[in-house]
Amino acid sequence: MTAFWLLAPIMVVAAIGVVLARKAVHSALLLAVVMICLAMMYAMQDAPFLFAVQIIVYTGAIMMLFLFVLMLVGVDKTDSLVETIRGQRLVAVVVGVLFGFLVVTVVAQTTVGPVVGLGEANADGNVHGLARLLFNRYVFAFEATSALLITAVLGAMVLAHRERLEPKLTQRELALERMQRYAEHGEHPGNRPTPGVFARHNAVDVPALLPDGSPAEISTFKTLRERGALREGAFTTDVAVTLRKLEADGSPRERGLIEPAGPTGPADPRAEAAAGQDEEEHQ
Amino acid sequence: MSVEPFIGLSALLFTIGAVGVLVRRNAIVVFMCVELMLNACNLAFVTFARAHGNLDGQIAAFFVMVVAAAEVVVGLAIIVSIFRTRRSASVDDASLLKL
Repeated sequence: MTAFWLLAPIMVVAAIGVVLARKAVHSALLLAVVMICLAMMYAMQDAPFLFAVQIIVYTGAIMMLFLFVLMLVGVDKTDSLVETIRGQRLVAVVVGVLFGFLVVTVVAQTTVGPVVGLGEANADGNVHGLARLLFNRYVFAFEATSALLITAVLGAMVLAHRERLEPKLTQRELALERMQRYAEHGEHPGNRPTPGVFARHNAVDVPALLPDGSPAEISTFKTLRERGALREGAFTTDVAVTLRKLEADGSPRERGLIEPAGPTGPADPRAEAAAGQDEEEHQ
Repeated sequence: MSVEPFIGLSALLFTIGAVGVLVRRNAIVVFMCVELMLNACNLAFVTFARAHGNLDGQIAAFFVMVVAAAEVVVGLAIIVSIFRTRRSASVDDASLLKL
């Protein structure tokens, strides 16, 4: 019983955390904690097969599926706090507490009688006992399960599949389109600058810096921009501090840190400034 | 080992899951709370199997797991397809039963 009293508080706290966590990823991880604790409870109660299945199917497969979909749908989205029905949250909590009180009272007032234990049923081993039941008394339910699984697979394929409505653009068409944009709007036809200067942070969400220190929006991904996941302010000041330090020490080339790389080398600040001006003229 | 604490814990987890379904807006979190409720039922099944000394309860828990897996697959596919058309995973936005 010691194991139970150790696991039960963890499970209850984690379950409350699933409901209260603002980010869905935290909910998913806390739910995984609850499920692993449940698996241990199955092991305590003479159910070794269900212990393994709980870990493999629930924590292994189902939670990974949840996390996968969370990453697809957008991790940074938090719940809106606007209530569609006024007072719904409060009423839901009150009803929930009443329901819990009722159920716990009912459980406390029933007597289950003497606990038989699974010693006799598990005499040949738990898996043998389960298999004997599954393939005799529950064989039709087992067969229906196979139909259910096939239907679920088909359903997932049909629901998640998207038909391509227009033909895929080839490289040639993309190049033509790019030159068209250059002719009409003067948009630079070359490669876009890559995100992340000096790769100090998770560089994909940091825009590249122009020579004057301002962030180049064009260097970041459209999805990240729309999601508002870009980090700018902290990074630009960080770089400014480093540049000031470098200037105080003398330029890197003078100290012999960087090999001279010709007139257009990236270490030459004048060449970079000129390149930046070129880009501005294009825009 | 007595049975009542296990059943009490199962009831508590079920209640927390039910409150979560009612309170949360994000469809994926609602789904996770449903999973919590199913798991709470499984705990009760396994506990009663031990109390009565036969394995039928464990078989029931096994079937619940299979059905939950199928349900998660279809449900998450629905959430993904709704997210594609509406750019939102909130259960309030999809209130018209159409995309």
